[in-house]
Amino acid sequence: MRAILIAAFAVTMSTLFAACTTTPTDEQKPADVVDKGSPTKPETSRVAPVDVTGKPSASGVNPLKDPNNILSKRTVYFDFDKFDVREEYRPIVEAHAKYLRDNPGSKVLIQGNADERGSREYNVGLGQRRSDSVKKMMTLLGVKDAQIESVSLGEEKPACSEHSEDCWAKNRRGEVLYSGEY
Amino acid sequence: MRLRFFSLVLAALLPLCSAFVPAAHAQLAIEITGAGAQRIPVAIVPFAGEGVLAAGGITPIVRADLERSGLFRSVEVPPLSPAPTEASSINYAEWRSRLADALLVGSVSARPDGRFEARFRLYDTVKQAPLGGIAYTLTREQLRATAHRIADFVYEKLTGEKGVFSTRVAYVVKRGNRYELQIADADGAGEETALASFEPIISPAWSPDGRRLAYVSFEAKKPVVYVHSLLDGKRNVVANFKGSNSAPAWSPDGKLLAVTLSREGGSQIFLINPDGSGVRRLTSSSAIDTEPRFAPDGQWIYFTSDRGGSPQIYRVPVAGGEPQRITFEGSYNVSPRLSPDGKTLAFIARNGGKFQVALLDLTNKQLQIITDSDRDESPSFAPNGRMILLATVIGGKGVLSAVSSDGRIKQRLSITAGDVREPAWGPFIE
Repeated sequence: MRAILIAAFAVTMSTLFAACTTTPTDEQKPADVVDKGSPTKPETSRVAPVDVTGKPSASGVNPLKDPNNILSKRTVYFDFDKFDVREEYRPIVEAHAKYLRDNPGSKVLIQGNADERGSREYNVGLGQRRSDSVKKMMTLLGVKDAQIESVSLGEEKPACSEHSEDCWAKNRRGEVLYSGEY
Repeated sequence: MRLRFFSLVLAALLPLCSAFVPAAHAQLAIEITGAGAQRIPVAIVPFAGEGVLAAGGITPIVRADLERSGLFRSVEVPPLSPAPTEASSINYAEWRSRLADALLVGSVSARPDGRFEARFRLYDTVKQAPLGGIAYTLTREQLRATAHRIADFVYEKLTGEKGVFSTRVAYVVKRGNRYELQIADADGAGEETALASFEPIISPAWSPDGRRLAYVSFEAKKPVVYVHSLLDGKRNVVANFKGSNSAPAWSPDGKLLAVTLSREGGSQIFLINPDGSGVRRLTSSSAIDTEPRFAPDGQWIYFTSDRGGSPQIYRVPVAGGEPQRITFEGSYNVSPRLSPDGKTLAFIARNGGKFQVALLDLTNKQLQIITDSDRDESPSFAPNGRMILLATVIGGKGVLSAVSSDGRIKQRLSITAGDVREPAWGPFIE
């Protein structure tokens, strides 16, 4: 039920988002011009847009936020006491690696996380090993070291706060964040 | 007989418990769940004139300190007229008949300059001899501090060890998504917030002079090590290198910090000056090396490493060299802390799925589990080595717990509406 709600929310949000982006936000009309015509672009813009959220694709949607684009997937989960990127998550890491190669000005912060069991500082170490693992895969795929910072949040930022195996599995994760997203 | 002893203990503790029921504010409430085998009976006579300071005066705080330590039992004192003071002559036989081994008497008087004077004298009623006394000049604001000093004096005279009633503790309180690094007196009173943040704060570590705290804050969306000066609130970044920066520990002389950095890949231990200069690598492994702690002699750093396949405790010379493994029993031993005399290692051991505080005698290698909780973290020795403060979870709530190094005396410190974690017991303050 919760999953369905989340999916419905995501669809609603993406529809809203698509509606917004038919008139790109970086070309908003100045406030003192009353546009009475159909929603066409103003001929000139007084504002030079700076967009750090990622390049819009041909469709005008930021691929990093487009729920239909694999680049909107940012989380990689890990097995207990394991640090290698599981087969099913490799396409996600590969897609971000390609994006970073194509956009050498883009930078990512990879945050590794651990479940709550045991020492907080040792868990910082475990989370670091997970983010390092994602970073290593990206650099092997040709991303420059300077584009990636891998850090750890240890057990401090759980995605799920119950004390159960299910929850712990959701917390053993790495998350990819682009500049401007954190 | 044993039962009778216990009910006596309970009777002695009950008024204390009610005195420490959490008030509306967020003070740490202390609950005692055990007591020492041999408790010294002390008669504490309410100081003559102490009401001039504040309702209640000084002696209830002294009595609460001593009883909370688990080493003393307060002997009932009937109303005496005239109330004896430090100047009175002592009728030892009378106090012996009340089964008191020691007697504390004193007085408080107002001074012409608006301040107060508290004088006291302590007697050994068995040897029928005075054990000494002190006069303090104080303001009303110094009432609690003065009471703790008097309790420290009694504690030291009667046990031969320094008391820790005047020391402070640091800990982190989490309420919702708000984190506060707090400092309180060792009895949980007088809490003050040193840092408030919407991002986690972990691993507070006291400088040896008790004036600064090093800690890890995630306010930059990654772990960064800060040193925070408590009096003026000034803080400086010690380590904010690319990657994670965590697990600060002070050298005994306060001139150096050990930290864990991932800037060269993995988690490795480095030494760094408190101003952030002079960083140099100490360990070189492909493992997680973290949680460094200086031994009191300043020569060794104990740390956690999984270089052998599971996390265990090792030590390495501060000057560098080959690490030696210290723990061998079990598959998860972390968070090493040396006792102030350097003879005992406290750490967290996973013991059949439970995380508990273990003590390893470094001389005879005897290992002892001293807690019965199951999610213990972050042990911290009192500066006299007698108690260990730790974080644990009771009923889904983060609480602090203190246990004597023989495991007999246990206290629980909790806070209403919040999780408490990451305790660090501060040093002696002269």
